[in-house]
Amino acid sequence: MSNARLETRIWALQRATAAVLAFCVFVHLGMIIYAVQDGLSAAEIISRISGNLAWLAFYAVFIVAVALHAPIGIRVILNEMTNLSRKQTHLIMAALCLIILVMGFRAIIGLYTAGAGA
Amino acid sequence: MTNTIKVSVWRGAEEGEFAQYEVPRQPSQTVLDVITYIQRHIDPTLSYRFACRVGVCGSCAMTVNGKPRWTCRTHVDKVALDGTLQVAPLRNLEVVKDLACDMTTFFDKMNRAEGKFHPTKSRDDDFDFVLPDDAKRKQASAGIECIGCGVCYAACDIVEWNKDYLGPAALNRAWTLVNDVRDGGNDERLAAVSGDAGCHACHSQQGCVEHCPKHISPTRAIAGLKRATVKAAIKGMLGGDD
Repeated sequence: MSNARLETRIWALQRATAAVLAFCVFVHLGMIIYAVQDGLSAAEIISRISGNLAWLAFYAVFIVAVALHAPIGIRVILNEMTNLSRKQTHLIMAALCLIILVMGFRAIIGLYTAGAGA
Repeated sequence: MTNTIKVSVWRGAEEGEFAQYEVPRQPSQTVLDVITYIQRHIDPTLSYRFACRVGVCGSCAMTVNGKPRWTCRTHVDKVALDGTLQVAPLRNLEVVKDLACDMTTFFDKMNRAEGKFHPTKSRDDDFDFVLPDDAKRKQASAGIECIGCGVCYAACDIVEWNKDYLGPAALNRAWTLVNDVRDGGNDERLAAVSGDAGCHACHSQQGCVEHCPKHISPTRAIAGLKRATVKAAIKGMLGGDD
């Protein structure tokens, strides 16, 4: 099995990002519960995140972890449940990773810079 | 207890159908007794496999009322709660005829997982001292009672989804050897059990653990292999060309 090392590393990467996600989701849910106490508004979200480097760093880590973790899992499901070739599911994994990275960073950079100059 | 039991038995190979039989009830009757009665008294063309009849050989494993079991160790009154039995061949294996499966793939996968001993010493060397409470010995002991009946293999959904997947028994066997200090084949073995047909394909659903008649936990063995292979991959082993 010539792909043994690569597959093992992909699996380990999914495990490692799962650990990161466990922490990130905990913080994220905690923040949601805290934030909705006085109702949820766009202005409030922007006021919290805009210009805040700590939140930018936190969500950057979150996005990277999701972008690595989820596509690996989707690839496994596609390998098990469809007739797509390994190469195809590999490409789908890479494409999903890229889409999540672009969408995620677009959102968080948008929030970080929103309100700047307002 | 009624005097007879209604039994539907798979007849044919991959294509086939369930045939209905009525078999007299006996005290302490096993499912294997029922199948044997059908073959001896109703239809001698019924094919099935058994040898020891006492839970030692593992050759009489079949699907009884939807679950993989040793038929010799399954009492009718424990499983035929509504007075009916359905007996089919083991899942995930090619059916030869009726209740007999071709176990070739199952045993080939034991070899593919390097489930064989790689000796490191000659007769001139001294014995290895393996203490019973040694951590590795305990890991090996936990899985070493497997008799290769194929019940875990039939219970595993991953085997059904991924025909190349080595399966619980082969991986459990590999893990017992990984923990054998006398064995020298771990580089090849860890490479053989890695990847999407190996231990990393396991979702830890534990169907194997649930159904193993020897109460072995292949899931625990597979988790051990996952740890060992990740360590090996970090060290640059596993012989991959990535």
